[in-house]
Amino acid sequence: MRVVLGEDLVLLRDGLIRLLKAYDFDVVEAVDSGPALLKALVDHRPDVAVVDVRLPPTFTDEGLRAAIEARKRVPGLPVLVLSQYVEQLYARELLSDRGGAVGYLLKDRVSDVKQFVSAIRRVAGGGTAMDPEVIDQLLARGARDQPLTTLTPREREVLSLMAEGRSNGAIAGRLFVTEKAVGKHIANIFGKLDLPMSEDDNRRVLAVLAYLDRV
Amino acid sequence: MTDHDLVRAARTRLTQAGLGLARTPLCVAGLALIPLQLHTYPLILVTVGVPLLLVFTALSRHYTGFYRRWASRVLEVEIPAPYRTPANRGPMTRVRTIATDPATWRDLAFLPVNAIVGVLCGVLPVGFWINGVLGFVMPVIWLDRGDVEYVLVDRDTPGNFVFAPLLGIAFLVLAWWATPRAARLHATVARSMLAPGATAALTDRVRVLADSRADTVDAQAAELRRIERDLHDGAQARLVALGLNLGMAEELLARDPRAAQELLAEARQSSTQALAELRDLVRGIHPPVLADRGLDGALRALALAHPLPVEVDLDLAGRPEAPVESAAYFAVAETLTNVAKHSGATDAWVRVRHDDGRLSLMIGDNGRGGAEPSENGGLRGIERRLAAFDGTLGIASPVGGPTIVTMELPCELSSVKTSSSSGTG
Repeated sequence: MRVVLGEDLVLLRDGLIRLLKAYDFDVVEAVDSGPALLKALVDHRPDVAVVDVRLPPTFTDEGLRAAIEARKRVPGLPVLVLSQYVEQLYARELLSDRGGAVGYLLKDRVSDVKQFVSAIRRVAGGGTAMDPEVIDQLLARGARDQPLTTLTPREREVLSLMAEGRSNGAIAGRLFVTEKAVGKHIANIFGKLDLPMSEDDNRRVLAVLAYLDRV
Repeated sequence: MTDHDLVRAARTRLTQAGLGLARTPLCVAGLALIPLQLHTYPLILVTVGVPLLLVFTALSRHYTGFYRRWASRVLEVEIPAPYRTPANRGPMTRVRTIATDPATWRDLAFLPVNAIVGVLCGVLPVGFWINGVLGFVMPVIWLDRGDVEYVLVDRDTPGNFVFAPLLGIAFLVLAWWATPRAARLHATVARSMLAPGATAALTDRVRVLADSRADTVDAQAAELRRIERDLHDGAQARLVALGLNLGMAEELLARDPRAAQELLAEARQSSTQALAELRDLVRGIHPPVLADRGLDGALRALALAHPLPVEVDLDLAGRPEAPVESAAYFAVAETLTNVAKHSGATDAWVRVRHDDGRLSLMIGDNGRGGAEPSENGGLRGIERRLAAFDGTLGIASPVGGPTIVTMELPCELSSVKTSSSSGTG
């Protein structure tokens, strides 16, 4: 799987390259600035890009802007954005083109190597990987809305795992229940939130986020 | 000018002249304050002068205060009182402040000047009006008895019977011209003597600046202490634990791989927590989104994270300087926190504009109102934060609501256009 890496801190860049290589990713290019990142993304069209939000030359949200711009030129280009902090504003901007195949994770999540690698794979496969912090904030805000308060605690758990972009199997594994039970919870959630059923993992996350977005 | 206007203007001028004359006794009476005040100074030595001085100074300050208010009405400019405030309420401190305040002595100097100018400005216009009328009446008087002289003119020459009314017209024109000017002249003299001088204004400004600087320095020091404490108790301690766990894992790796694995997992958790704490700390110092996107993005992000729906309406043609931007952001953040905590509101709004070199921020909610700045409270903290930039805070919060908090900060915008949209968060 071909990866383009955008990260300006040498230490972290080398660490990420080593980690990705260990899991059989092919790092085709590692760049350290916004403009270089945009060029690399458009030139290589990698299977997935791993991008730091804050990059030179402005050291603000250069990486995020480059990623969004690259997705405009190459629709559906899978991008996993890493950041020292999560900001709903940025999560929305990433999700706004509704193309899926995006991720937005705190940098600390790289320390849980297995989960991090599975998040990269999920994004490369067209899914989403939203940081639990984003989901928590969305759910906390959603709490003031009526339909969400009707969810049982277990259903809320399932909803947030679902919003992170996990499959039914993964959710079942996490919560120590059967996949069938998870499917039932999801059906209940969609019923309570008045969302149409869909088989597609990516679409259902977008549906959930779109719903939360509206609140 | 119609006849009606002419009559009205004449009436206004006659009233003005009458009032000017009516003021003259007060101007003269003011002279009495000079010996009253001066005599108390030697009496201070026998203590009895202390209350006397306080009473008489208060009297004279009321007296000059009256002229200050009158002159600001006439000139339509605000005339602030120039007096120094004593450092405490002790009588001796107050006497010392009064005695060393240049404004006290300028008040004293004002009294004789006011007496002269006030009498002149009060009597002259009335004199002109009377002489004007007399010019017409004089020929009639002359017909009756001839020994009355009217402004160097008498009945001796027949031509004077025509000349007197002409002279009267001249006097009326002079009176018309002089009446409003006399009042203005008096007011201008009063202002030049009673308004704070350039030195007093500067002294005042220096005091305000010294106060706000002291507040700023205090706040900065407290902030640094908080950061130091947070780092020491939080991230630093966790990193030490992390090193400890890693060291032990290294040690155990060969002998007991399972235990080593547990320790490594623990170490990873510590590092995550240390990062979370550092992240919170950074947000408290300077929110990254503020650095990235300026006030626009930062306030929208704030609204998104707020438990209530907050409508952000922001129209800025650029970015304020970083320190002002930061102060404005934290002021809004603190106010919105208050809204969430105390107001009982169901929604809130933020409006930001920049006009005439001032950044104005308004935060409103539909809560129960009754917000008041208490000492050491959040609102007072915001006020101090804004004062460092010469900014002001206003709170309109009637009991029963709604509450509107307004802030103003003088600042220039850099030319970059950030955004001009509005949205609901």
